[in-house]
Amino acid sequence: MEPFFAVEGLTRRFGGLIALDNLSFQVDPGMIFSIIGPNGAGKSTLFNCICGLYEPDAGRVLFQAETITGEKPHRVARRGIGRTFQNLELFRHMTTMDNLMLGRHLHMRSGVWSGATMFHRGSRAAREEQEHRARVEEIIDLLRLHAARDRYIWQLPYGTQKLVELGRALATKPKLLLLDEPAAGMNLEERQDLIFWIADIRDELGVTILMIEHNMQMVMGISDHVLALDFGRAIASGSPREVAADPEVVRAYLG
Amino acid sequence: MLQQVIISGIAYGSIYALMGLAMAIVYKTSTVPNFAQGEMAMISTYVAWVILTSYGASFPVALLGAVVVAALSGITLEFAFIRRAKEPNVLNLIIITLGFQMILYGLAGWRWGADQKRVQLPISDREVIHVGNVAISHLSLATIVIAALLMLAVYLFFNFSRWGTAIRATQQNRVAARIHGVPVNRLLAGSFALSAVVGAVAGLLVAPITTLDPTMMWDPILKGFAAAVLGGLTSLPGVVIGGYLLGIIENLFGAYISVEFKSVVAFLIIVLVLCVRPSGLLGRHYVRKV
Repeated sequence: MEPFFAVEGLTRRFGGLIALDNLSFQVDPGMIFSIIGPNGAGKSTLFNCICGLYEPDAGRVLFQAETITGEKPHRVARRGIGRTFQNLELFRHMTTMDNLMLGRHLHMRSGVWSGATMFHRGSRAAREEQEHRARVEEIIDLLRLHAARDRYIWQLPYGTQKLVELGRALATKPKLLLLDEPAAGMNLEERQDLIFWIADIRDELGVTILMIEHNMQMVMGISDHVLALDFGRAIASGSPREVAADPEVVRAYLG
Repeated sequence: MLQQVIISGIAYGSIYALMGLAMAIVYKTSTVPNFAQGEMAMISTYVAWVILTSYGASFPVALLGAVVVAALSGITLEFAFIRRAKEPNVLNLIIITLGFQMILYGLAGWRWGADQKRVQLPISDREVIHVGNVAISHLSLATIVIAALLMLAVYLFFNFSRWGTAIRATQQNRVAARIHGVPVNRLLAGSFALSAVVGAVAGLLVAPITTLDPTMMWDPILKGFAAAVLGGLTSLPGVVIGGYLLGIIENLFGAYISVEFKSVVAFLIIVLVLCVRPSGLLGRHYVRKV
């Protein structure tokens, strides 16, 4: 059977530096798959290669039995791969609502004309608008973003901004969600909530999750599978318990 | 007398507002001040003139031709020049637009010559309507009305359509917009096309008052830029208000102080605004993270 998502022999160099070195792995649907590794191990480069921001030098990325390597980022998004960033990449001068609605952009069909002539509630454009707003409201409910809804991003505390970014990625209705250090900069309480939400996103929305995370408590708490990277190579792969006990992993982390 | 001066100031201001708006549309999406804007409008006006005189077509056909050529010139600038630049900074981009401006200027001079031509619109600039004690020419009235409607349409498009939202998103964070399914390159080409169309309308409206020649847009584009700086390049309503204000101030200055120095007022305003409030009347100053 073709894998849901797979990376095969992915290689990416930056001049003399090999950021990804012939990396291969697979993700099954419904998994929470975590990637760990020291700084500079190539984790974010991997994400950028998957979503089309970087072109890999060799290898390919497979999603739902199709090769997506070298596709433009907006095409990859259309296929159902959403992501968040390590450092927030929000639209700071837009409200939470507008940020989430932008996430719906790729599902919107109405053109300028039908949107401008949306005179009655039964029209197609009006129904579409209502549907998108309803979806966004669901996400606001799920992540409890009610208080942030009509406020500009720059007015919000850091932890809330992280959640808005997660919500915006969810608004694209992804099948695979890439989370780049979702817990970074969060306090203990926010992190606990995040663990529940990530589990909810997988269980209730049926989204497969590929996550980069440094916080071991979080990785061990919710992952089905853990992959450890060092210098762009996989040094260990397996259940959280196996990976944590792997001597290579201990060496890479503790030197 | 005062009302008359103000009304004709608003008519000129409409042109400045349109040119400023054209620049602001591009600036808002790509942070490029497009100095080829005026020449793009000039070329479109020439195209309309060719269609009217050489082919004897009706005005709507000429308008359509001008709009199509304008859109193509915008897409060409974005696709063939801006997109090819490797990791450009703002200065590089300005130089590119200046280069494109010179290409178009040379092209127009070579093809149509430097002599002045007359453009005949179906709207007269001689016949006037009297409103109270103010006389206003049909052309001025049409300029005011058409410009206002076009600017309203652009404003609604930017703030309430999904592509408008996507443009605002692109301006604030290009990478994030891409990741969420916005085809950023196409969007940029589209906004260059839209701005060129706005410029072309301004060119057609101004051509009967001045004359048609390769330098015809030098004054309107500089005034439009001044209007945009006055109102704030990042705010569309700001640019429009800046355009009207500049038109009125300039006309008042010409009527009551000095006709010779009328044109200089715009530049005095640029200098004053840059000293006192660099982000313009309504503009927001975006602080970029490094």
